[in-house]
Amino acid sequence: MARSVTTRRKTVNTLAAWAIGLLIFFPILWTILTSFKTEAQAINDPPLFFFFDWTLENYAVVQERSNYMRYLWNSVIIAGGSTVLGLIIAVPAAWSMAFVPSKRTKDILMWMLSTKMLPAVGVLYPIYLVFIELGLLDTRVGLTIVLMLINLPIIVWMLYTYFKEIPGEILEAARMDGATLKEEILYILTPMAIPGIASTLLLNIILAWNEAFWTLNLTAAKAAPLTAFIASYSSPEGLFYAKLSAASTMAIAPILILGWFSQKQLVRGLTFGAVK
Amino acid sequence: MGQITLKQITKSFGDVQVIPPLDLQIEDGEFVVFVGPSGCGKSTLLRLIAGLEDTSSGEISIDGRDATEVPPAKRGLAMVFQSYALYPHMSVRKNIAFPLRMAGLDKAEQDKKVESAASVLNLTDYLERRPGQLSGGQRQRVAIGRAIVREPAAFLFDEPLSNLDAALRVNMRLEISELHQTLETTMIYVTHDQVEAMTMADKIVVLQAGIIEQVGSPLELYHTPRNRFVAGFIGSPKMNFMMGAFSSEYDATTIGVRPEHISVSPTDGKWKGKVGVSEHLGSDTFLYVDVEGIEDPVTVRSSGEVSFRHGDMIHLTPDPDKIHRFDNQGLRIA
Amino acid sequence: MATQHSRSAARFMMAPAVILLLGWMLIPLTMTLMFSFKKYLPLRGGDLGWVGFDNYVRFVSSSAFWPSVQTTLIIVGGVLLITIIFGVLLSILLDQPMWGQGIVRILVIAPFFVMPTVSALVWKNMFMDPVNGLFAHLWKAFGAQPIEWLSDLSLFSIILIVSWQWLPFATLILLTAIQSLDSEQLEAAEMDGAPPLSRFAFIILPHLSRAITIVVLIQTIFLLAIFAEIFVTTSGAFGTRTLTYLIYQRVLESQNVGLGSAGGVYAIILANIVAIFLMRIVGKNLDT
Repeated sequence: MARSVTTRRKTVNTLAAWAIGLLIFFPILWTILTSFKTEAQAINDPPLFFFFDWTLENYAVVQERSNYMRYLWNSVIIAGGSTVLGLIIAVPAAWSMAFVPSKRTKDILMWMLSTKMLPAVGVLYPIYLVFIELGLLDTRVGLTIVLMLINLPIIVWMLYTYFKEIPGEILEAARMDGATLKEEILYILTPMAIPGIASTLLLNIILAWNEAFWTLNLTAAKAAPLTAFIASYSSPEGLFYAKLSAASTMAIAPILILGWFSQKQLVRGLTFGAVK
Repeated sequence: MGQITLKQITKSFGDVQVIPPLDLQIEDGEFVVFVGPSGCGKSTLLRLIAGLEDTSSGEISIDGRDATEVPPAKRGLAMVFQSYALYPHMSVRKNIAFPLRMAGLDKAEQDKKVESAASVLNLTDYLERRPGQLSGGQRQRVAIGRAIVREPAAFLFDEPLSNLDAALRVNMRLEISELHQTLETTMIYVTHDQVEAMTMADKIVVLQAGIIEQVGSPLELYHTPRNRFVAGFIGSPKMNFMMGAFSSEYDATTIGVRPEHISVSPTDGKWKGKVGVSEHLGSDTFLYVDVEGIEDPVTVRSSGEVSFRHGDMIHLTPDPDKIHRFDNQGLRIA
Repeated sequence: MATQHSRSAARFMMAPAVILLLGWMLIPLTMTLMFSFKKYLPLRGGDLGWVGFDNYVRFVSSSAFWPSVQTTLIIVGGVLLITIIFGVLLSILLDQPMWGQGIVRILVIAPFFVMPTVSALVWKNMFMDPVNGLFAHLWKAFGAQPIEWLSDLSLFSIILIVSWQWLPFATLILLTAIQSLDSEQLEAAEMDGAPPLSRFAFIILPHLSRAITIVVLIQTIFLLAIFAEIFVTTSGAFGTRTLTYLIYQRVLESQNVGLGSAGGVYAIILANIVAIFLMRIVGKNLDT
């Protein structure tokens, strides 16, 4: 039984939590605010919070000067593509591990997990060489494949933990009820598995979107996604705060929204099911 | 029709044989209970009949036809699972209708059968709910409803009451027995609870380590257990066993006396002992008596109220006609 | 269910994932191992033959090695310390009854979704810039001399940025763990006369220990590999060259692939040591 709490204690909790929450969120808020300022207002001392001339100019300039849409499109293709590709490969694998487990299933899962822990920098040059050899350097296809591979263990794991939760008795019940394998998959398994697949999809788009080792090292101009685009602001454009903010806001907004939907799955996905 | 015959059935998981060759005949309309301690193979046996496990060897026939290789759906059996195995994403109506839908019945026919099953099971008001919104007893009824609508040759129940609380369990027990009276369909019921077995069954199959220890009506098992295991397993409170001087007097390795077949007297009797705990149920009193030379306290069931105090010395006398004698193999001596 | 037929089907369905990951692991790993025993300078002569353990010895004996190890340890340790301590406190606070809990949760989690290059740049320019940064304004407002964050306090700054990114992760996992604590346990402890601090020390903290271990291990693996934050802010200058960054420089910047690969092998070994502990915990969870 949850106990009732005094209003005073609840007020104190609320104030403390909101203060800390806003403090942590502040850099993001500040970036969003700055993106609507003029460059002069952006570096004004004292800082301007809400009372400035709101403008959308920065967004227009960022798009115009750097062809922002192309980077955005690259991010969408690479993050979306690698996730979908990963799911296509992982769903059957996780499926069979969850429903037809063998003595080796656990070993295979652990081994997959271990590939995720391989430090990227240790294999940077070989991948670089292979990419040159296959003509994949600075291509969306190449990056899609790499991101699919680095996230594949997480995808398999997440799906596995979700599929594991579908009780075997339900499938047996369906079989007793006269469902064929096709009907079993169509009417029972798929509806029960879809929430798990959806959260896996969501989390992996986020991870792929934000990946910033391979995307920085394997792209130059053509296939560069937003991570690389933002990195190019390092200097000297970075001193144009308003434009930097506009570019950043656009780069993080879609993921912030997706991320808020997937908080719960985040825990499960990133801890490989060890914390639920 | 629902006559099921098992002939020399075996089941092995890898190198482990969980069911050695086993024969069993189940007649049409019988209520058969498989009972035994956990891990005795009773659930495996049920799943073999259902077709959810492949037999390693032997033959299963249903109504005279060989069903050994027939997939579960084609055997014409319905099963109620321990976890109920309801489809969480479907309403109660859709859950009950699912086997009909799979059988390709038209919508109107489906609705008719679902409605009638729901009214039998008092589920009419809940048809549009999801399983998650139901209580344990209601879920149990939905699972039964899903089995009923198929009009199966036999119902299979896999410990269906073990997830319910005690009061509900007694209710559902009655409902299932009632259902059996109404439908007159073969039912095979797996439980580890001998009370369920005694109260519901026409025929009890006692299993231990995959081996059938005895098959018989509840009273046959009660009065003439074939061996020590069955004697100890059937009946509550448990039968008392005595060895050594106690049993050699009756030319047996072990003798067993049920608690209700021992009379107590403060003054004289066959065995002398000290009263330990006594449990007063009102209708009965259970006395746990420490008798010299017997390891466990002897349980005595006296009807009505008997007032002995902890530590009182009393005398016990078994009903000589109700003493069960077992040889050194644990088998009954006739 | 597990008939012979379904077993072979299962193997078939698993094959693509297993083969792909096997290739992804073995091919580059073999190549890295091979390069690490070679003098290999793509821009200055290419493959100059086998050199045995030369690269391994040179990588460790170079003047940059030990400082980079030290930097790595300071960053990883600092971030772990900050995220765990604040993560525990924050998750306990967020578990309390309050108004707008959902919104606060979202605010706290948000930094985790910000791509590393964005957070590094925003912190570097808009907060830590010694002239126009927000911190500089703040310092000046109190009449203090603005700090050159990324050159004078470079390590601290990077720890701050990375902690900001990872605090949400720690908090979220610890919060999930706290919520799974049976409130009856706390009430029992209260009945047993344990004051709040003791309840924290004897009930909550032990309950969290598993989650904390998981956070430490997972973060360690990710933190050992942080790259973009350093790439964007200091490019490894001002004593912020971690082991990862050093290897990156050897391989891509100075194109000494043999030397860099030897470093890579060290990094792989290091990561595997951490990984073994993590996998033990995760593996135990599989059995249940």
